[in-house]
Amino acid sequence: MNTSVENSGITRSDLPLRVINSTPDAIAKAKRRVKRSFRQIRTENVFRQTLLIIGLLIVILVLGILLTLIVQSLPSIKALGLKYLWGTTWNPVSDVYGALPFLLGTLISSFLALIISIPFSLAVAIWLGEYYPKGWLPDFLKNTVELIAAVPSVIYGFWALAVLVPIVRSLETSIGVSAIGQGIFTSSLVLAVMIIPYAASLGRSMIQMVPSQFKEAAYGLGATRWEVIRSVALPYTKSGLFAGILLSLGRALGETMAVTMVIGNTSQMPTSIFAPGNTMASVIANEFTEADKPVYLSALIELGLVLFLVTVVINVIGKKIIDRFTND
Amino acid sequence: MKKNLLSLRSTLTVAALVLGSMVTAFSLVSCGGGGTSGADSTASGGDALLGAGSSFDYPLFSKQFDVYNQANGLKVNYQSVGSGAGISQLTAKTVDFGASDAVMNGKQDSALSSPAIHIPITCGAVALSYNLPDVKDTLNLTPDIIAGMFLGTITKWNDPKIAAVNKGVKLPSTAILIAHRSDGSGTTNIFTTYLSKVSSDWSTKVGKGSAVDWPTGIGGKGSEGVAGTIKQTPGAIGYVEMSYAIQNKMPYARVQNKAGNFITPTIASVTAAANVQIPPDSKVSLTNTDAPDGYPISGFSWVIIYKEQNYNGRSLDRATKLLKLLSWMIHDGQQYSAALNYAPLSPAAVNVADAILKTATYDGKPIL
Repeated sequence: MNTSVENSGITRSDLPLRVINSTPDAIAKAKRRVKRSFRQIRTENVFRQTLLIIGLLIVILVLGILLTLIVQSLPSIKALGLKYLWGTTWNPVSDVYGALPFLLGTLISSFLALIISIPFSLAVAIWLGEYYPKGWLPDFLKNTVELIAAVPSVIYGFWALAVLVPIVRSLETSIGVSAIGQGIFTSSLVLAVMIIPYAASLGRSMIQMVPSQFKEAAYGLGATRWEVIRSVALPYTKSGLFAGILLSLGRALGETMAVTMVIGNTSQMPTSIFAPGNTMASVIANEFTEADKPVYLSALIELGLVLFLVTVVINVIGKKIIDRFTND
Repeated sequence: MKKNLLSLRSTLTVAALVLGSMVTAFSLVSCGGGGTSGADSTASGGDALLGAGSSFDYPLFSKQFDVYNQANGLKVNYQSVGSGAGISQLTAKTVDFGASDAVMNGKQDSALSSPAIHIPITCGAVALSYNLPDVKDTLNLTPDIIAGMFLGTITKWNDPKIAAVNKGVKLPSTAILIAHRSDGSGTTNIFTTYLSKVSSDWSTKVGKGSAVDWPTGIGGKGSEGVAGTIKQTPGAIGYVEMSYAIQNKMPYARVQNKAGNFITPTIASVTAAANVQIPPDSKVSLTNTDAPDGYPISGFSWVIIYKEQNYNGRSLDRATKLLKLLSWMIHDGQQYSAALNYAPLSPAAVNVADAILKTATYDGKPIL
């Protein structure tokens, strides 16, 4: 097939037609380019689909976990009904299961841990984000804080058992409550340490991202550094800071090993923050292997379902709060 | 448009695949969790015998299986997953034998597709360990005191009841802190079975099981968790496996047995506890033994197998190997017990175990 056209046949009056190089060589090159661009489009599509599929996979996985939890909880839901949620007795011998002590234990220990950790994570975030973003000391501090997240939780458990428990016991002796050392308060302390990096890291990068002209404008108006942080940096980053705190809370709710080693593991209702208690994750980890009755096993799985739902609810509330922050 | 349809279709295909694999995984989970649906991927493949269950038995089994492998060239793969999980795996027929510190309960029994037999394999005991830094003598405890402490009715170490059986010991006024297991365990089962036998209060208020609703005290995960609490807290008392207490040089109490003698938990006193009349199916709790020199908080640990060994296409060869191994374990294998702080089976127990092994069949014919 000869597609070549005589170039001399094209006159100036034919412009805006482009002079096309139509030697066989050039045409072959053009064909290759067309081919390549088709391939590029295909690659583009495949890539996009891969992303979509991977994204969907995660959604399906989460839904699948939820479905598994619901199906496996059915025997317990049928046997115990809604009483499961506010029952205060957890008795595998008589097959009576009430999750309230563990629900309370989870919520109290996590929120207490959050309250303890916020001042520390905020301080780290502001110091690293605003005061000293560069230098060997900030780098060292930043890496140390991030290392906290990398340490396996069982090591925190050991540390808490060996170091925190005696300290808390002497504290309890001095304020005159029953001096056991293990309990909700101790587990909150170790949780607080464990969750600091999440809020601190996110907070630091958020504060670093505050546009410098905002801060410079504030300085220009005579604001002090504290006033800049309070009135410019923090309001600008509050949704990010809150997201970090939410991430911390999620970590605290699900933590198992470190908590189970120091919380005292009792099914009694917690009477104070110094009393021993138990969390949902810890009960599952403790009792799952030896759950020898169908309803018992199912009740433990239902505990997982409740924990799942609690996490979802807290996240939804958190998202709502973040949205309101951002709309302001 | 067409492209969109195409991408939607491929997405759906992948989604269906994922859903399918999830359903598979999900049904596997339901089997492992003690379900009755039969996963037929049995232990018939491979040369090694498979076992799962009690973590209490694990150190002894490791030693025994190693020696047996060197002598007979038979590998045994034992997973120390806990008694309940071992029974679940036997129910799902994924192992050749299960090992448990408690006999199977009615619900577990009814989940089995065919009857199982229990073979006593070793004895264990539960020691009561305490932390009283100023008390150098070994404490004496009566069943009444132990039940009182664990029910929360005896709260101080200088309680008159404790003082009455520990004359000459200067008891502090420290508060008693109970340490118990937080994870379900055979140790808890032996201990609560004992308490239910000796105290009617305990039996009605708490009961027995591998996990119970403890009226007081704090829970530690595993023997090491309980031991940690005891070591750290002055005034604490808790129960741990005897072998664990001996190995870790923890102080433990003498316990008064049915005959009225105060007995220290030792290998000898636990073996003695098992030297009593044992029923032909061996399903007996040794707690509160009649033996005058027996330690009262003792119990058997059992290996559980199906009575009819021809299931899921298992070969006669495999069944014979299993039975020979178990027979070796209750006879020659017992010599490795003492060094590992296990109590060897009493002669009475070996006789019963022998008789039980002989009831195992393949196609209705005895194997041994």
